[in-house]
Amino acid sequence: MKNLLSIDDVSLQEVERIFSTAAEMHDVQAREVKKLPALRGRTVINLFFEDSTRTRSSFEIAGKWLSADVINLSAKGSSTSKGESLRDTALTVTSMGIDGLVIRHPASGAPAQVAAWTGVPVINAGDGTHEHPTQALLDAYALTRKLGSLEGKHVAIVGDLTHSRVFRSNIKLLAKLGARVTVVAPPTLMPSGVGPWSAHDGFATSYDLDAVLPEADAVMMLRVQKERMSGGYFPSAREYAVTYGLTRSRLDLLKPGTPILHPGPMNRGLEISPEAADAADSLILEQVSAGVAVRMAVLYHLLAGEAEA
Amino acid sequence: MTMASASDGRVVLDAGDISRALTRISHEILEHNKGASDLILLGLQTRGVPLAKRLAAKIEAVEGHPVAVGSLDITMYRDDIKSQPTRAPHKTSVPGSIDGKTVVLVDDVLFSGRTIRAALDALSDLGRPAVVRLAVLVDRGHRELPIRADHVGKNLPTARSERVRLKLIETDGEDEVRLESVPTGAAPHETVGETE
Repeated sequence: MKNLLSIDDVSLQEVERIFSTAAEMHDVQAREVKKLPALRGRTVINLFFEDSTRTRSSFEIAGKWLSADVINLSAKGSSTSKGESLRDTALTVTSMGIDGLVIRHPASGAPAQVAAWTGVPVINAGDGTHEHPTQALLDAYALTRKLGSLEGKHVAIVGDLTHSRVFRSNIKLLAKLGARVTVVAPPTLMPSGVGPWSAHDGFATSYDLDAVLPEADAVMMLRVQKERMSGGYFPSAREYAVTYGLTRSRLDLLKPGTPILHPGPMNRGLEISPEAADAADSLILEQVSAGVAVRMAVLYHLLAGEAEA
Repeated sequence: MTMASASDGRVVLDAGDISRALTRISHEILEHNKGASDLILLGLQTRGVPLAKRLAAKIEAVEGHPVAVGSLDITMYRDDIKSQPTRAPHKTSVPGSIDGKTVVLVDDVLFSGRTIRAALDALSDLGRPAVVRLAVLVDRGHRELPIRADHVGKNLPTARSERVRLKLIETDGEDEVRLESVPTGAAPHETVGETE
């Protein structure tokens, strides 16, 4: 693994290696001294062309706990707001002798393009509506800790699928781990061409949340991405919440102990009710701490050792 | 002690020798520590861990109560981390706080001393022991750092071109320490049972 641009870049064996490393990193988080020297002397730049709180700070903490020097650059207040191209920005920062780039960009494929231009290891921290591989890894890692093996487990992914890179990475990774996935969305938020796609990647589709929930071993709610919506995808927030939100009453449809996930940030009262978000079986905060452990594992395997041939 | 055929190298410690060496080390540890109070045995991953457990069992047999035992992984602390493909770390588990305790690091083979240096770094991230001691089953010499063991099962003078192959029942199905000649071109440290 030279880059992490897509879940396609990691084999099942590498996923297992990342998870076992993340488990050790999780233990480090509980220590008084939360530092490991593995990336001492290495410099990582977080290049964020979109707003982000948890992903950027998670990568920053992960890098720092591995003793790397981490620099955050955002599009606002940097040369890109003066009109510099992505290529020039990427080549400029890599010319400073850095060892790795973490990139979030609104355009699908931008991190892959930067990796091709620079040759520096690149981690995709979310590109457009394409992929968010570390989010999928942390979701699956948090689920594995809760459920054990995901082989044969039924995961429901619910919500704004059209705009979700988290969903695109998750269906690939969950399939790799042997889970059965059903995606649920209103017809307007079901990606076009999903039929042949679902046949290829082995997931089922449904428009009926109430029918899927009793069968699920885990429920992953997705954020309604209003900022990416140019038209009306549903009549009103109220109607969406009633039809596709994980409301208080829908919690009763779940099998006892079914974990609830959400990549955050949450629209409470829209796709998820406060009762569901704060439920005892909610893994949402555990996803955040798992995020640091998984990103430490990814940074370590990508940057600590000699580059794989 | 048994001798094997030349092609397999030479058995320098058999199962009985290993057991006797560990019994002696366990008594030395108890004598130095004046009992088992405030004592923690930390085995270095991977073969140091079963050795630490065996020492703990022998100490318990003498003292009549269990002694704290844990495992320490030094993967992240190696000084050659940049020059090799990364390895997934093993488990580090420390039984309670090490602050103010006597920590005995337990490893299989002491060679360059670099593993122990890394272990001391790892230990300082976990707390501040009162005393750190080192117990090894085999000391084969060729130190590259000013490090020595406090308790040694067997001092084994070796040539750099030789390798020590250590097997334990827990990890390899049998107890044995064997000294082998390394074919020209092979790295002497890339071998079973030798961590440095």
